[in-house]
Amino acid sequence: MALIEIRGVTTIFGPAPPTALRKLRSGLDKSALLGSGHTLALRDVDLDIEAGEIFVLMGPSGSGKSTLLRHINRLIEPTAGRVHVDGQDVMALRTRELVALRRRRMAMVFQGFGLLDHRRVVDNVALGLELRGVGQRERRTRAMQWIERVGLSGYEERLPAQLSGGMRQRVGLARALASETDIILMDEPFSALDPPIRAQLQRELLALQAEQGRTVVFVTHDLDEALRIGSRLAILRDGAVVQVGTPWEVLTQPADAPSADFARHVNRARALAIGSALAPWPADLPMPDPANATDTVDADASIEQVLHQLVGRTDPLAVRRGNVIVGQVSMSSVRALLAPPDRVSPRQVPEGSENRSA
Amino acid sequence: MGDEVTGPALFPDWQTPLREATNAAIDTLVMGFGDEFEAVSQALLAVLLPLEQALRNASPWLVLAIASTLAFAASRRWQFTLATAAGLWVIGALGQWDPAMQTLALILVAVLVCLVVGLPLGVWSARSRWVQRVVSPTLDLMQTIPSFVYLIPAAMLFGLGKVPAILATVIYAAPPLVRLTALGVSQVNAEVMEAARAFGATRWQTLLKVQLPLALPSIMQGINQTTMMALAMVVIASMIGARGVGETVLVGLQRNDPGMGLVGGLAIVILAILLDRLLQACGVRLQPRGSVRSSWIAPWR
Repeated sequence: MALIEIRGVTTIFGPAPPTALRKLRSGLDKSALLGSGHTLALRDVDLDIEAGEIFVLMGPSGSGKSTLLRHINRLIEPTAGRVHVDGQDVMALRTRELVALRRRRMAMVFQGFGLLDHRRVVDNVALGLELRGVGQRERRTRAMQWIERVGLSGYEERLPAQLSGGMRQRVGLARALASETDIILMDEPFSALDPPIRAQLQRELLALQAEQGRTVVFVTHDLDEALRIGSRLAILRDGAVVQVGTPWEVLTQPADAPSADFARHVNRARALAIGSALAPWPADLPMPDPANATDTVDADASIEQVLHQLVGRTDPLAVRRGNVIVGQVSMSSVRALLAPPDRVSPRQVPEGSENRSA
Repeated sequence: MGDEVTGPALFPDWQTPLREATNAAIDTLVMGFGDEFEAVSQALLAVLLPLEQALRNASPWLVLAIASTLAFAASRRWQFTLATAAGLWVIGALGQWDPAMQTLALILVAVLVCLVVGLPLGVWSARSRWVQRVVSPTLDLMQTIPSFVYLIPAAMLFGLGKVPAILATVIYAAPPLVRLTALGVSQVNAEVMEAARAFGATRWQTLLKVQLPLALPSIMQGINQTTMMALAMVVIASMIGARGVGETVLVGLQRNDPGMGLVGGLAIVILAILLDRLLQACGVRLQPRGSVRSSWIAPWR
């Protein structure tokens, strides 16, 4: 059973959602629904999110991805359907139980950071602990550990207004991590940041996740980001899930025309992790030392980052995840990934010509 | 009333029934609920009288010292600290020390009542659209209806003196506090509210840890405006028997003594300026250091 199960979730916004839902079920089309002042935010969404993965909800603005995210902690309630977290029916919870679930099981990171401007960094980070009743001294100690972990040491007594956007989102991240919940919901956490800062925080999130192994549900409208970060992706369009799959599947077997169009403009060398091109380590070769940086690459590194180690190499390059060798890659497997013969000609892809698209 | 309009009347007579009904209602209240009004009266006096006694009996030196200390603690500026001492000294030199202490006690108690009533009402109307629909026009009414209209029944219900003066002052002065509290609470960023809920804050925790602290600058502005409006009521309050600097102005009016009026007026103005600056400085001090908002609340800095 998946950690988070979403079943048949349909969500309508407007003056009388249940009535609108009944009309929708009896065949009313979406535009007529719109005319009655209702919006169909989500329709018949089924998803399974497994423990320990980074699951990305990806789609254009208005596709319902942020709304769907808020169903998991019931900030928004569906008009129909069920959400289960670890077997618990979230919609059946009473207020007290819902509060306990939010305090113990899931934290959240927001696009606009959602920090308390009147509180110092350390007291922002400690919010989750404070709300569940952890004592002042204890929560300060724990908050300081996470402040250090996200690279904000020395800023703990500052106010959010005194920090840059990237630093504020580090506070948001530390606040979510410090709550020590197994699930973290992230609503476009890096979309408001400048590209270099965004790339840096993406890397740090992956590093943190490799160490923490929490379950992350990550909303973004940026396919590059979705592909870089996600273990699996769900593509949403107009409130419906059009595809669920690994980054590799989403890129190579797009479910509909808009997705295919999107996928064509992705810089694969940058978007795909080298782990996507993984082949088993040949049984007849000796296993290299995972600590040897020249002979191994990290599975989460982008193809672009390890390309120089592959070029001109004849023997396979080992891929490690953490301290374990998980397989190997070669120039030919990477080439197949970058330029499927039926879609893109080899000349177009590797150099930076398409970097800024998508 | 005297002029008789002949022919078919355009206007029905609503005056007589409204007047009679109101008077009957007031009479009923006076007759039937005398004990209850007496209890309210005693409760207010229990707060007011000790404060007034303390302020009037204390040595002016002590009052000057305390006021200056407060001024320095709030503003950390010597100019304002000295101005506070000088202002109070001028009040004494104008022969208005004792009335000014009476007025100060009355204002402080009135503002306290405004806080006790106004803060919850402000929070409530920020949280419920229905409450807001009732409260908002009521506040409009409280601010626009001439104060003499409610002074008469207030004096009938509570007798002449300090208590009806406090109540009349509260009616006139509470609206800005309610409005600015509601505004401050409802303007808290939606994502911040969402964050509080997402991390498992109860409604009460959200109010205490998020909404009220973030609304504090707005609430402080409300307290400031309420205090200023309370001061504006002191002359009217003196008409129903509250002593204080308002009485000095009233006496000047009654005796055709413009000089006396000016003396009382100056004392009120000095009190108003000092309280205004003190409260604004408190507002700045209560905000987190380095906050971007500190500039607008204290434009004189």
